[in-house]
Amino acid sequence: MSTYNPSNPLVRWIDHRLPMFSFMNEHLTDYPTPKNLNYFWNFGSLAGIILVVMIASGITLAMHYTAHVDYAFNSVERIMRDVNFGWMIRYIHMNGAHLFFVVVFIHIFRGLYYGSYKAPREILWMLGVAILLAMMATAFMGYVLPWGQMSFWGATVITNLFSAIPLVGEDIVIWLWGAFSVDNATLNRFFALHYLMPFVIVGLVVLHLVALHRFGSNNPIGIDVKKGSQDTIPFHPYYTIKDTFGLGVFLLVFAGLVFFAPNYLGHADNYIEANPLVTPALIVPEWYFLPFYAILRAIPDKLGGVIAMFGSIAVLFILPWLDRSPVRSATYRPLFKLFFWILVLDCILLGYVGAMPAEGIWVLLGQVGTAYYFAHFLIILPLLSKLETPKPLPTSISKPVTGGAAPAAAPAE
Amino acid sequence: MRKFVIAAAVALGLAATPQIAKAAGGVDVPSQSWAFEGVFGTIDIPAAQRGLQVYKEVCASCHGLSLMAYRNLAQIGFSEEEIKALAADYTVMDGPNDDGEMFERAAIPSDRFVSPYANEQEARAINNGAYPVDLSLIIKARADGANYLYALLTGYREEAPEGVDLMPGMYYNEYYGGNQIAMPQPLYDDFVEYSDGTQATVSQMAKDVTYFLKFAAEPSHDERKQMGIKVIIFLLVFTGLAYASMKKIWADVKK
Repeated sequence: MSTYNPSNPLVRWIDHRLPMFSFMNEHLTDYPTPKNLNYFWNFGSLAGIILVVMIASGITLAMHYTAHVDYAFNSVERIMRDVNFGWMIRYIHMNGAHLFFVVVFIHIFRGLYYGSYKAPREILWMLGVAILLAMMATAFMGYVLPWGQMSFWGATVITNLFSAIPLVGEDIVIWLWGAFSVDNATLNRFFALHYLMPFVIVGLVVLHLVALHRFGSNNPIGIDVKKGSQDTIPFHPYYTIKDTFGLGVFLLVFAGLVFFAPNYLGHADNYIEANPLVTPALIVPEWYFLPFYAILRAIPDKLGGVIAMFGSIAVLFILPWLDRSPVRSATYRPLFKLFFWILVLDCILLGYVGAMPAEGIWVLLGQVGTAYYFAHFLIILPLLSKLETPKPLPTSISKPVTGGAAPAAAPAE
Repeated sequence: MRKFVIAAAVALGLAATPQIAKAAGGVDVPSQSWAFEGVFGTIDIPAAQRGLQVYKEVCASCHGLSLMAYRNLAQIGFSEEEIKALAADYTVMDGPNDDGEMFERAAIPSDRFVSPYANEQEARAINNGAYPVDLSLIIKARADGANYLYALLTGYREEAPEGVDLMPGMYYNEYYGGNQIAMPQPLYDDFVEYSDGTQATVSQMAKDVTYFLKFAAEPSHDERKQMGIKVIIFLLVFTGLAYASMKKIWADVKK
């Protein structure tokens, strides 16, 4: 920052009083970044960009949407038919939500693979988990707004989960609904909260970035980089252009969905207006909730299922203290790498089970998948930290030739 | 680049997961070939026009199309005069006027398609308790909607197979969930007379009305795909330039 000296006198005048230019210079231009980040590191900035796209398209939709049980469904169809480019804005918002989760899931698994949650980035990781929770709440409430059959019945099933809480459960559910069933009051508050939550996410993202810039990005080798050494390069132009390329590829996928398969990831039943008297044959949540839905249904007891579902997120909060191995990157942890990929397969299995009716073989598969999910975090990772012998680590990114012993990667603090 | 390919594959794999799951739960209907399929697909305008005739002369006696306005028909090639004339055949309740009276008037292009019933209760009362669904979104509201609708309209059998007990007032259909449907077979050969000379077979009419309802479900369909092609071309150029710039900028970074 000290070297930042703008030549434009106006910029200098402003920056002396409000150091926004030097702030941007420090965090967007000079910001030292490991030079070996691979394409999996694109997904963080992508997630930020989608958040902006979602807020922009969402505010536009809100200008035309009516949050009332009698009008909501038709107001959405009005957007699709009569609002100028309304169909495009809505398809962007719909498919943007799907891709937001695709991007964030890849971002999370990248963090899991390269040990990005380890010291000194524990709070950075926990803020990320908080963002995931906030996203799930936002997506759930947003899905209710078109007031289709899945909107209504999804809302009914999910809000009913809270009735599992002993003693006060039933009262809490009525309090959430604002009525004795999912009704107009519910729709109105979901709309209000759906509009609020994205800004809560923005706040969390700011904290996420502050925590990130404290120590800088982790990297595929997982060793600490020395700032100003050969290991780092300035964020601009190297990563701005790399992120721009990644954005282009992402937008191609996004446009492919929006323009050529806009309803591919959705459910046909949500084009039927909500009807409290007709239950759909199979109530399925959106795909990004399916693994959690499978965990919920894996436990035969309602309260147990709810605890397991929230536990599957809670376990991520304490992950930095479950995996005690000082080596971050899976590249140097052969056993961890193996179990990482088993976890990925397990999550895909749970997602598949979540879409199936809870009967026959699916019940067993869901229970095995759930048990493995928790075993991975609560048993396998703590044991691996003790038992696994990591490969020797390089001493720096610039010298990938292995040098130092494994503990060299232990954080300085 | 190799890692990028892996990243893209992971993204696609994740995106494909729900579809596999959904396909496993759905009803299987035979696939037809449709002009609106694919990246360059569009609504077949002559077919959609014939489909409107089928809708008007057959479906509309029981099924509403409440989200469609008469003016929307301009998009499938009807002229303003034709639309005005078509709308004028229907009567809508309007008002109140300055005397506080409700009054009836002929429909105009900005009116929505006039429903055959005043409300759902009347529809049920007339139809033995069953409610003929509004068809505005039927193609989007059913999995594999176009193929499903075609299969349903052509899937009636005169008699139920051995061992199937039809409930009174129900008809046998191969593709309806549970095979018992309250709607009698709506289409028979030459039920309508096409002005363009097309032979009005059951399958021809089923196909035509499916084109029309596909259009009704999504009047922006053609516009969407045409814009999509332009957007994709732009993004290919944009991404290509970004890639070339990235290679140039990164050339001086030592591995």
